[in-house]
Amino acid sequence: MTATAIAETDTGVQTLDMTETPLREVNETLQAQSASTNQTRFVIENPRGSHAVAVGLDAPIEVTVKGSTGYYCAGMNKQATVHVTGSVGPGVAENMMSGTVIIDGDASQYAGATGHGGLLVVKGNASSRCGISMKGIDIVVHGNIGHMSAFMAQKGNLVVLGDAGDALGDSLYEARLFVRGKVKSLGADCIEKEMRPEHIALLRDLLDRAGADAKPEEFTRYGSARKLYNFNIDHAGDY
Amino acid sequence: MDETPNTLPRQSWTFSNDTNSEIRRAAATGIYDIRGGGAKRRVPHFDDLLFLGASMSRYPLEGYREKCETSVTLGTRFAKKPIELKIPITIAGMSFGSLSGPAKEALGRGATMAGTSTTTGDGGMTEEERGHSEKLVYQYLPSRYGMNPDDLRRADAIEVVVGQGAKPGGGGMLLGQKITERVAGMRDLPEGIDQRSACRHPDWTGPDDLEIKILELREITKWEKPIYIKVGGARPYYDVTLSVKAGADVIVLDGMQGGTAATQDVFIEHVGQPTLACIRPAVQALQDLGMHRKVQLVVSGGIRTGADVAKALALGADAVSIGTAALVAIGDNDPKWEAEYQKLGSTTGAYDDWHEGRDPAGITTQDPALMARLDPVEAGRRLRNYLNVLTLECQTLARACGKSHVHNLEPEDLCALTIEAAAMAQVPLAGTGWIPGKGGF
Repeated sequence: MTATAIAETDTGVQTLDMTETPLREVNETLQAQSASTNQTRFVIENPRGSHAVAVGLDAPIEVTVKGSTGYYCAGMNKQATVHVTGSVGPGVAENMMSGTVIIDGDASQYAGATGHGGLLVVKGNASSRCGISMKGIDIVVHGNIGHMSAFMAQKGNLVVLGDAGDALGDSLYEARLFVRGKVKSLGADCIEKEMRPEHIALLRDLLDRAGADAKPEEFTRYGSARKLYNFNIDHAGDY
Repeated sequence: MDETPNTLPRQSWTFSNDTNSEIRRAAATGIYDIRGGGAKRRVPHFDDLLFLGASMSRYPLEGYREKCETSVTLGTRFAKKPIELKIPITIAGMSFGSLSGPAKEALGRGATMAGTSTTTGDGGMTEEERGHSEKLVYQYLPSRYGMNPDDLRRADAIEVVVGQGAKPGGGGMLLGQKITERVAGMRDLPEGIDQRSACRHPDWTGPDDLEIKILELREITKWEKPIYIKVGGARPYYDVTLSVKAGADVIVLDGMQGGTAATQDVFIEHVGQPTLACIRPAVQALQDLGMHRKVQLVVSGGIRTGADVAKALALGADAVSIGTAALVAIGDNDPKWEAEYQKLGSTTGAYDDWHEGRDPAGITTQDPALMARLDPVEAGRRLRNYLNVLTLECQTLARACGKSHVHNLEPEDLCALTIEAAAMAQVPLAGTGWIPGKGGF
C-alpha cells in the first residue's frame, strides 16, 4: 500500500483515498482487520461510484465512505458498521450477515437483497426490489421503495416510512413488512395483517435503531397469506 | 371359404401409450408432471460419433507402456489459485436437500479418491461434502439459500449458475416433503413448505451486471477462487461469448440431457439443445475470442462412458462433468430395489420421482430410514471405481488416436454416423468428407 494513500490521524482514523489506492488494496486493508483489532475506524474518500467497496468485511470496525458508490457496497458484510454519506448503486449490503449499513442518500435496486442479518438503513429512497429474497436482515427505509420490493422475502423486517410501489411482498414467505405510507399494490399472497403489541414493540425498536422519527402506530403490517406455500392447482391463478 | 383375416391392432405413433398415459394423468390431476432427471427422448448424442483411430497416416501410443496424461487445470485466467485435477471429469452441482447427506458425502469421497472436484447445489454447503471433498466448487444460485461469505471462502471455486441444461430459463422447486428441519434451517424457511428456487438472480440482470457481481465475489475472496459460469444449452455461442465478457475463468455448459432434481417434464423434454449440438458453437466462440484453453470449457449432460468423455474433449472441451451417472454409480435405480420401485409405480431405470423424497436407494431423499440404506464409504468407492473406468476408457481411445494427453484429441479424430450428428459435431459423415453446412460433399 502506498504511504501517501493512508493518512492516520491522531484520532485513530485511517483514511483510504481511492484516487490513489486501488479497490483491491482498500478491501484488503478492511478485510484484514480481526475482531481484536485496535484500528477500528476507517474513512474511504473519493469512492467515485466504485463498485464492490467495503465488501466481505468481518470485524467490528466502523467504515465511513465519503461520497457515493456503485454496485454491491458493503456486500456480505459481517460485524462492521459501514456508513455511506452519499448514495449507493444496486445491491447495497447484499447478503449481509450482521453489522449495520447506513446510507445517507438513496439506494438503487436490490438494496439488502438476500440479507441474512444485520441492519440496513436507507435515509433516502430505495428503488425496486428492495429486500428481495431477504433471509433475516432488517431494513429501514426513511423514504419510499420501488416496485416488487420484498419479492420472495423469507425472514426479517422491512420498514418503510414512505410509500411502496407495485407488487409489494409478491410470493412472500415469513418476512414482516411495515409501511407507513401508501402501497400501490400488493403482490401475490401478500396481505394486510393485524398489528399486535409484539409488532409495535418490534417496530419501535427498529425505528429507534434506524434513527427514524415515526410512531409505530402509524404503520400497517403486511405478511404472507401462506396460500402458496404448498402447490395447489386451485391457487395457480394467484401467481 | 376362409374368414377375412383381421389386421393386427395398430398403436398410434402420435398417440402412443406413453402419450395417452400422460393425457389421463393430466386429466385426473389438473397439474403438469414434475419429475427429476434429464431428457428421456432420443436426441443426437456421442453414440453417433466414432473415433477413427490410428492407421497409415497416424501412429498410436502403446496402451500399457506409453503415458497418456489426463490432468487439467481450471481457472487459469484470473484466479490466483486455479484448481488442478488429476482427471478431466468433475462431479456436477447437486443440492443437499435434493440429495441426502450420505449421498453428498459419497460424492465427495469418490471424487476426492479419483482426484477431482465435486460441487454443491442449491441449499448451501454441508459439512458432509466440505469435509469429504478435497476440492469443492460452491454454487452461487439465484435462491442464495445458505449463501454466506465464510463458505464462499472455504470453497475452492465458485460457480455462478445462470442456467442448467434440463431447464434453461427455469427455476426449481423442492417439495415440502423433503424440507426437514435441517434443510429448512439451511434455507431460512419453514419446514414442510414447497421451496421455490428462482430462475433469475435477485441482484443482477444481464452480463454487464454479472461482470460487476463477479468483481464483488473476487474482492470478497481475494481473487483466489476460480469463478465458473454455468449455462444451460440454449444459445451456446452467445452465452459463452457473454460469459467470457463477464469475466468467467471457467464456463460450464450443460446440455438438455443434464439432470435436475425436479421440474416440469414438458420443460425437460422441450427446452434446450442436446449436449452434442452445444459444444462446437461454444468452442467456436472461445476460438473467435482467442480464449480457447484460456477460459476452460466444462461440458455436461448425458456423459456416461469414457467414450463420451473422449468425444467431448475431442470436440474442444477441457473437461466434462457428470451428475446422473454419478448417482447411478452410487446406487440410483439399482435393480436390487425393483420391488420397491414397482410399489412406487415405476421400475428400475425409469424411476425419476426424485422430488418426492421416497427414493428406495436412499439418495434423493431426506427420510432417515431410506438415507440409512446408503453407505457413503462404499458408495464413495463405487464412484471412485466408476471415475477410474471413465478415465481408463478415455485414455485408451486417446492412445489409439496417438495422443499423449487427452486434451490432444481433436475433431479430426472423429466421424459421425448420422447427418444430424455430423452437422452438430461438425465432423465428416462416416465414409465421406462431408460436414453438413461446411461443404466437402
